[in-house]
Amino acid sequence: MKVVERTGKSVEEAISKALEEIGVERERAQIEILEEPSKKGPFGLLGTTLAKVRVSYEDDPGALACEFIEKVCQTMGVNAVCHVTKREPHWHVDITGPELGILIGRRGDTLDALQYLTNLAVGKQLSERVKIIVDVEGYRQRREETLIRLAKRLSEKVKRTGNRVVLEPMNPHERRIIHTALQDEYKISTFSEGEEPNRRVVISLKRSRDIS
Amino acid sequence: MKELLEVLAKALVDRPEDVMVAQVETEKSVHLQLVVAPEDMGKVIGKQGKIANAIRTIVKAAAVKDGRRVHVDIDQ
Repeated sequence: MKVVERTGKSVEEAISKALEEIGVERERAQIEILEEPSKKGPFGLLGTTLAKVRVSYEDDPGALACEFIEKVCQTMGVNAVCHVTKREPHWHVDITGPELGILIGRRGDTLDALQYLTNLAVGKQLSERVKIIVDVEGYRQRREETLIRLAKRLSEKVKRTGNRVVLEPMNPHERRIIHTALQDEYKISTFSEGEEPNRRVVISLKRSRDIS
Repeated sequence: MKELLEVLAKALVDRPEDVMVAQVETEKSVHLQLVVAPEDMGKVIGKQGKIANAIRTIVKAAAVKDGRRVHVDIDQ
């Protein structure tokens, strides 16, 4: 939230000075009049009292994120529209439009980069920290469902054969989905091995003495 | 592509007026050279080049659309 106090000969003048200072349109700002101008000076003495106003502006991370993403898409030559929803504690921005595969990239690489830069660009303009999840046509949701199904299927295989299974490299968020999906399987243990960016989840049987 | 790199860089730095992009084109590839104010270098590179890599990933995605290779350099 940004707050500015300004004085002026009239209330109007003080308001427009303050709006200019924080760079916000009038409709998006809250305006409080602290002092009406008068011909009398302070304590009723001679002179004049200037008008004083306080203009505050609540940042809207969703709107800032949309603005950034739509501008990036436009310069990429991609038609895109953003839809913002607030799902505590995060903001979700879903991008829709034709030919958006280009925004997702190989296994979501481009989408992750866009999300990272969006968070930086928006975070720079805010006083508080917020997390913005950027998605394209529900890609992340679908990917999560796919990973959970994969995890369940592989854990059955591990139980059947007793051999461990090493998954393909994934980012921390995707690895976490696998770990979480299998945390209640009491015969199965999951852990990650290798170094970023080639860190992989391993699904294996818990050793018998670990099962109590 | 040049414009895209400018948009990305300007959104990240403290001094957007100092952002400049030079472009050298050949038939199959584009070389982009990003110049920012010295104090903004960290803002476009990031820890272990994380921001620089994210910028490259997005610019490359745009290049795929054009069917060209793109190379992004960062300078003071």
